[in-house]
Amino acid sequence: MSDSHSIAPNTASAETAGPLKTADGKPLKVALARAQARSRRRAFLLVAPLLLFVVITFVVPIFQLLAQSVNDPSFSRAAPNMVEWFAQNPDAEPDEAAYAALVADLVEMKKNRTAADAGTRINYELSGSRSLFTSAARSADRMEAPFMEAMLDKDEKWGDPMLWQVMRGASTGFTINFYLAALDMTRDAEGNIIAAPEDRQIYVKLFIRTFVLSALIMLTTFILGFPVAHLLAVLPMRTSNLLMILVLLPFWTSLLVRTTAWIALLQREGVINSLLVSVGVIGEDGRLSMIYNQAGTVIAMTHILLPFMILPLYSVMRPIPPSYVRAARSLGATSFTAFWRVYFPQTVPGIAAGGLLVFILAVGYYITPALVGGASGQLISNLIAFHMNDSYNWSLASALAALLLFAVLVLYWLYDRMIGIDRMKLG
Amino acid sequence: MAKAGNDAAFVEFERVQKSYDGETLVVKDLNLSMPKGEFLTMLGPSGSGKTTCLMMLAGFETATHGAIRLNGKSINDIPPHKRGIGMVFQNYALFPHMSVAENLAFPLEVRNIGKSDREAKVKRALDMVQMGTFGSRRPAQLSGGQQQRVALARALVFEPELVLMDEPLGALDKQLREHMQFEITRLAHDLGITTVYVTHDQTEALTMSDRVAVFNDGVIQQLAPPDALYEAPVNSFVAQFIGENNKLPGKVEEIKDGRALVRLDSGELIDATPVNVDGVGSKTLVSIRPERVEFKPDLIPEGAHTIEAQVLESIYMGDSFRTRLRVAGSDNFIMKSRNASGQTRLSAGEKITIGWSPRDARALDPL
Ligand SMILES: Nc1ncnc2c1ncn2[C@@H]1O[C@H](COP(=O)(O)OP(=O)(O)OP(=O)(O)O)[C@@H](O)[C@H]1O
Ligand SMILES: [Mg+2]
Repeated sequence: MSDSHSIAPNTASAETAGPLKTADGKPLKVALARAQARSRRRAFLLVAPLLLFVVITFVVPIFQLLAQSVNDPSFSRAAPNMVEWFAQNPDAEPDEAAYAALVADLVEMKKNRTAADAGTRINYELSGSRSLFTSAARSADRMEAPFMEAMLDKDEKWGDPMLWQVMRGASTGFTINFYLAALDMTRDAEGNIIAAPEDRQIYVKLFIRTFVLSALIMLTTFILGFPVAHLLAVLPMRTSNLLMILVLLPFWTSLLVRTTAWIALLQREGVINSLLVSVGVIGEDGRLSMIYNQAGTVIAMTHILLPFMILPLYSVMRPIPPSYVRAARSLGATSFTAFWRVYFPQTVPGIAAGGLLVFILAVGYYITPALVGGASGQLISNLIAFHMNDSYNWSLASALAALLLFAVLVLYWLYDRMIGIDRMKLG
Repeated sequence: MAKAGNDAAFVEFERVQKSYDGETLVVKDLNLSMPKGEFLTMLGPSGSGKTTCLMMLAGFETATHGAIRLNGKSINDIPPHKRGIGMVFQNYALFPHMSVAENLAFPLEVRNIGKSDREAKVKRALDMVQMGTFGSRRPAQLSGGQQQRVALARALVFEPELVLMDEPLGALDKQLREHMQFEITRLAHDLGITTVYVTHDQTEALTMSDRVAVFNDGVIQQLAPPDALYEAPVNSFVAQFIGENNKLPGKVEEIKDGRALVRLDSGELIDATPVNVDGVGSKTLVSIRPERVEFKPDLIPEGAHTIEAQVLESIYMGDSFRTRLRVAGSDNFIMKSRNASGQTRLSAGEKITIGWSPRDARALDPL
């Protein structure tokens, strides 16, 4: 009663008085903003070095990556005459003038040694084109008009409308074709977007596998991590700190060492299989293949990512006082109801944070699947690495990475919608 | 004592000891027996083991030694959710992810009480603690006092037979506190709820309880109805803890006919009732309530020893005068006289003679 009496007049006066003012008549908001500006400036100066570091090492590369994924100028730069012809003849079939431009460009390419680069760019979308360019460039300066005939004489592949379509696409530099490729799509000779041939559809399948395996890893880390985090949270501080060291121990050993240890444990002649055989659970030829496949990826990554689930869980569980569950029990709840209705809901921010963290880390994980994943346990990041290191198709790698980034941002957005980023507790 | 004659003990502590660390006893040899319907208060300084006793009774801590029985059954044989104990925790323990109304509905839901019935009970309980309009708020959006009231409503909403309250009114202002004290005692008596109530506040303990257990250092110092506790404390701790108290240190000179003659350290002789003294020659602390001290010769009983005093200050309290005296070398002797018509108002510096009925001076242990 007493508070409702004291509160009511206050709110009434605040509503009728208009904007509040300080004692010397300045609007309260202005005065407050001024008072806070100083401390905000100081806070900014404190984070400025980090901000600069992040911008240089993180934000700039990400924009470069995004730019790379829609732009590969290696053909357009090497073939200015072709670029011009494509620009002037938006829909036309290649004519004598087009071939003349082609030969002129090939001559230039030979001089500048750019035939291989330009050919590689075309090769991304039409295999076999690289050698077409290099060999044509070698003999281009000996060619004479009519160039159409000369070129087709040299190799009739030069008449392939598909090749011309690809060159037209590459002539602008900017293209979404890498994204199409990353989503298992391609263009036909008329430039329409179609599905890629069956045997070349690998990326979507790999994206799906990456997400499914990441979700599975997230689930297993949750199932294994929740009871551990709970135990750590309810034990006395001394004991739980000791156990926490065990949880963090994996961080202190090299990732490579841990992954290799899993190989020793899980391989067909490894510790676990030998143990099972000697105990008689499985026969000598029934040895389980637990590594160099998806199982290997899931097992090893669950182990590696487990701390990222346990820590956020622990950080939300520790401050939950035991009196909540006690209160629930005394109010008549069974231990399960008390857990499910009272304890569990309070751990949701930790579950969500841990889940998000593990999932995002798993989606982009590279080294572990590369070592223990075999063929079936490879994730999308392994393919990105392949395109970066082996096939040098950086644009495709960028497109794949950008798609991954996009998917993660969508997840983050979903998390914010459902749980709220402000409720996230990372430890 | 409300339902005397109900001889079967409803709540029973028998030789209970409790240690958390295996080194110190937080509760030492606790014996307590409560009939059904009794309102018992545990009163004691901070850290004296009150919460620990409640937790053991609720079954959340196990006694290191001894037995705790509820309705004749050992508390550890009844699973917590079947005990039917309503509990108000010292830190409220309101579920932070549920609204106030959901918090109150929780014990009813787990008892499978129908929705309409549930809503009616929740509303009634909220109205009882004057929180009727706060049903949709989250606990974090309430003040400490409001949370306390919700916790109280939640402990009572499912009509438990036994309610344990750990300082349920600590955060309330005086007016609301008095109102809630009244409400709690009324409910407890109307519903026949057996209540164990923990508080620091002696006034609360005295006004609400059938019996008060005064705790110190893990031991019940005295377990008695409020009037006995105030008027007949059995030791110096209780005498000092409950109400205002004058203490005069001395030595027992003679014990005769239930009377003790005490030689104060300053030399004077006074009369007292021997309560907690070992015998002639033992040290003692004589305790006298300020309102039992008289200075008008006709109010001092015939033959009682008197003692000289000097008035240091006299404070007008409205219904009474509170006079600070120098007595037997101490400057802190308080005398309280009713502001009756014709009362003499003493002034500082005056010399008077004070005395009391030997019944009101209790010779207790020297602490
Ligand atoms: N979980 C625990 N572990 C170890 N010691 C404890 C624990 N709970 C309480 N104690 C100790 O037991 C003693 C009694 O504590 P208890 O909480 O019962 O006191 P209390 O009488 O309720 O005090 P207050 O009036 O301050 O609430 C204290 O010395 C306290 O430090
Ligand atoms: Mg306590």
